[in-house]
Amino acid sequence: MTLTHFSAVLLFAFFTSVVFGITMRSNPKMMMRFGAFCFVLFVAGTIAASWAMWAIKH
Amino acid sequence: MVMSTNAQAPAQPLKKPAASAATKSPVSPAIALFAGWFIPGAGHLLLKKPIRAALLFVSIGAMFGIGMALEGKVYTPSTGDLLDILGFAADLGSGAFYIATRMLDLGHSSVQIAIADYGTKFIVVAGLLNIVAAVDAHSLASGRKPL
Repeated sequence: MTLTHFSAVLLFAFFTSVVFGITMRSNPKMMMRFGAFCFVLFVAGTIAASWAMWAIKH
Repeated sequence: MVMSTNAQAPAQPLKKPAASAATKSPVSPAIALFAGWFIPGAGHLLLKKPIRAALLFVSIGAMFGIGMALEGKVYTPSTGDLLDILGFAADLGSGAFYIATRMLDLGHSSVQIAIADYGTKFIVVAGLLNIVAAVDAHSLASGRKPL
C-alpha cells in the first residue's frame, strides 16, 4: 500500500477526529461539531506547518 | 443580637452527587473499561451505544489496518530501549488487534521503507485512541459522563 503525504494526513485526521468527537463530547450534535473542528485543525495545522518548513528552508 | 442562621428552618436537601443512580449504567465500569480495551468499541456496545461502538471499531481498526498495510513497525517489550517500551505500551492499547498481530507473527520489527514510518505512527495512535475510547466507556458506566 502506498499513500501520498496528503492522503495520509487526511486519513489520520479523519479517524482521529471521529474518536475525539465521540469521546470528548456527550451529545451527538456536539460530537459532530467537535469532530469537524478537530479535522479542520489537523489538516490546516499540517498545511501551515508544511509551509512554515518550506519558508524556513528557502 | 441577630443570629445569622435560623434553627427552625427546614434542612436544605443535600446536593446530588455527580454519579447519580439515574445516570449510572448497570454495567460495571471495570468491565466496560476492559471490554473497550480488548475490542475497540465493545465498552460502548455494552452500554447500548451501538453507533458509537461501530464508529470507534471502524476508526481504530482502520488506523491499525492502514499502519499494518504501510508496513509499520510493531513494537515488542523486550528490546530494552525506553522508546521501544513506550511504543509497546501504546501498541498494546489496541488490545485484541495487537495480540492477534503478535500471535500471527504479522507486522515488521523494524522500519524498512520510508512510508513505513507513517505506518508505525498509525499503529501507535490507534492504540492510544483505543485507550481514550476505553476510558470514555468507563466514564459512561460510572456515571461521570452522561449516558
